[in-house]
Amino acid sequence: MQYLIAFVVGGLICAAAQLVLEYTKLAPVHVLVGLTVLGAISAGIGIYEPFLQFAGAGALVPVSGFGSSITRGMLSEIKRLGWEGLFTGAFEITGLGLAAAVVFGSLMAIASRPRD
Amino acid sequence: MKPQEYQQLVRENQPPRRTWRNVILAFVVGGSFSLIGQIVLDFVSGVERTTDEASAITLAIMILIGAVLTGLGIYDEIAEIGGAGAAVPITGFSNTVTAAAMEFRREGFILGMGAKMFVIAGPVLVYGILSGFLVALIKSVVLGYF
Repeated sequence: MQYLIAFVVGGLICAAAQLVLEYTKLAPVHVLVGLTVLGAISAGIGIYEPFLQFAGAGALVPVSGFGSSITRGMLSEIKRLGWEGLFTGAFEITGLGLAAAVVFGSLMAIASRPRD
Repeated sequence: MKPQEYQQLVRENQPPRRTWRNVILAFVVGGSFSLIGQIVLDFVSGVERTTDEASAITLAIMILIGAVLTGLGIYDEIAEIGGAGAAVPITGFSNTVTAAAMEFRREGFILGMGAKMFVIAGPVLVYGILSGFLVALIKSVVLGYF
């Protein structure tokens, strides 16, 4: 059941993004930024947490889940460290993935034959 | 030919809009990535104690999947079909990083790959952190966390 919910919720977020792309002149990167900001803000307000509980990866995998992870990391680090958490927390949850993106992205670029 | 007639002709010969087809494909492709993410999340949750750690590792594994699919040239094909369904999941974020690294490598490792790797992922990071900072600051002040 959790798999079905994840599929439907994650799919709906992507379908909504596609609708925005179809009916506006926005570039994909605008939509990605918008979704990320939406996720980050709704995590701060406290509505992304129950959404994550309900939809699991359906809420985590779309880039809005990445945005919410930034805020969630900040809030948990603020409770642990105080004001420093506002800065260190941004990478508390996302840091692992970000470093992974840099490392694996570079590896792929080095391994692949440059195209011209 | 009158301008109105010309407009009519242009309208008739435009390729048919495939809006709904694209939306459904985005749903299916985006949903599939979320489903894979759920399988990973369930597996990781069995090993990790906290939800934050499980989230972090799941995101990283999805980023690895995105990077490998991009390196193999498969992600481009998925993106062709899925549109936003391929761009919106975190695998798409990883795709933009890896694709930029691969593309700009020929401009050099420092000024090409190093400088331009985050050419698309950068704005996502910048505005994610700025907006997160703002709401976390407001929440902390209002609720007296400091």
